[in-house]
Amino acid sequence: MIILEDVSKTYSTGSPALNNITLHVKPGEFLFIVGDSGSGKSTLIKLLLRELTPTSGRIIVNNTDVVKLKHGKIPKYRRGIGVVFQDFRLLKDRNVYENVAFAQRIISVPGREIRRNVPSVLSLVGLAEKYRSRPRELSGGEQQRVALARAIINNPPILLADEPTGNLDPKNSWEIMNLLDEINSHGTTVLVVTHNREIVNAMRKRVITMKKGIILSDQEQGGYIDED
Amino acid sequence: MRISTLFFTIGQGIKNIFRNKLFSLATVATIASCVFLFGLFYCVVLNFQNFVREIQTGVAITVFFDEGLPDAEIMKIGDEIAKRTEVSKIVFISAEEAWESFKSEELGGYVDSFGDDNPLQDDANFEIYMNDVSRQETLVKFIEGLEGVRQVRKSVMVASVLTSMNNFVGYISMAIILILLLVSIFLISNTVSIGITVRREEIGIMKLIGATDFVVRAPFVIEGIILGLIGAAIPLAAIYYVYRNVVEYISERFNIISSFLKFLTINQIFSTLMPVSLTLGVGIGFLGSFTTVRKHLRV
Repeated sequence: MIILEDVSKTYSTGSPALNNITLHVKPGEFLFIVGDSGSGKSTLIKLLLRELTPTSGRIIVNNTDVVKLKHGKIPKYRRGIGVVFQDFRLLKDRNVYENVAFAQRIISVPGREIRRNVPSVLSLVGLAEKYRSRPRELSGGEQQRVALARAIINNPPILLADEPTGNLDPKNSWEIMNLLDEINSHGTTVLVVTHNREIVNAMRKRVITMKKGIILSDQEQGGYIDED
Repeated sequence: MRISTLFFTIGQGIKNIFRNKLFSLATVATIASCVFLFGLFYCVVLNFQNFVREIQTGVAITVFFDEGLPDAEIMKIGDEIAKRTEVSKIVFISAEEAWESFKSEELGGYVDSFGDDNPLQDDANFEIYMNDVSRQETLVKFIEGLEGVRQVRKSVMVASVLTSMNNFVGYISMAIILILLLVSIFLISNTVSIGITVRREEIGIMKLIGATDFVVRAPFVIEGIILGLIGAAIPLAAIYYVYRNVVEYISERFNIISSFLKFLTINQIFSTLMPVSLTLGVGIGFLGSFTTVRKHLRV
């Protein structure tokens, strides 16, 4: 499903972000990626989203060679990956319904189906009542749930979450993590980049710990490792 | 692309105008200023060219024939000349008409001494008016080559002055229009650039969730085209009102000017100004948004 082989990334400034990373993620897995700031977690997410290309190495996602992907093929590739960010990245001038529907509109889903799918996915994340609200009228937790609804509405086989609880209180953090767990239980591969020690330790999932661009440890049903 | 996606894209373009009211206002104001300046200049140039054309139509060359050439031969020569594309009008002046005209204009009280004689009996001629005086030399050469033609009188000075003036105005107007166009594109791309920088995050989000360049760009381009249309329509309305009233005012107040300077009507001006300005507005809006969005698509 996701294969990274000997992947390195050095930015144009000369600073190395990833150093010979090799990682295999099976379909349907739930994976935490943890590590300090500057350990290369976000670079990894950007490489998977094809926001960046590696300096060397191979990245295969859903049988697609991401490195060799042509510019025109990137949109179709990205539709196979749902993505959630720490800062939610919602379209601020559009309401909840429009934000979620937008992900379907860009892939030309018929209007009838959009009108059926959006309420259904909003119910799943517990926001059916708030479909007319603008992002600024929602709490952080609610905004993240809208982002989650947008990420899963096209049923992507992979979901990437970059610090999804970074801006949330513990209660909302748990709600989001429970939703991610539920999405994973339906077969979606979920990769979560996080600093949240409590959640990582409690959920007992596969944990990749990174430090200075390398993989420090890879544990099944692991926990948060103190790197010092 | 599905019809629903097309309508969605157009809808987004229209909504964007209202979502970013300040930016939309700035864009319309910039395009409107440029088109207004262009329109004013266009009115002046068109009237000037018309003025020159009016003078040109009064410039004639006169063709005289060999002594004793029969009328039938003269008419044949007339037919040959009339076929030329340079010729707009050809007038035959018989020897009698030439003498009558000379008598009344030049001789005054001394006319009786000539009795029934017509000293201009070999001066029947054609007065030939041209579409374009710059082609006078070509026409004169052709006529001089015709059998039976004795002399061709031309006004070299007037023709060359008018031709030079016309060329000069043509070059100057092209240069000014080019400068105005460059300034417009510069101003518009700056305005659009500022507007799109604000929305760079939005473009980034669209790209990350799998929107194609077309889906991202189309609403911006539609927005640009609509703003361009509005930006061109406003100065057109202003020019329509201002030009009509100014021409009316000058005609009423300054009879001397209007007696030798015939202004074009607003309809004559608008028959070309309107399509040119609308194309300019739409073109600037399209190019400005198309090229500026392109810079932000590499996400």
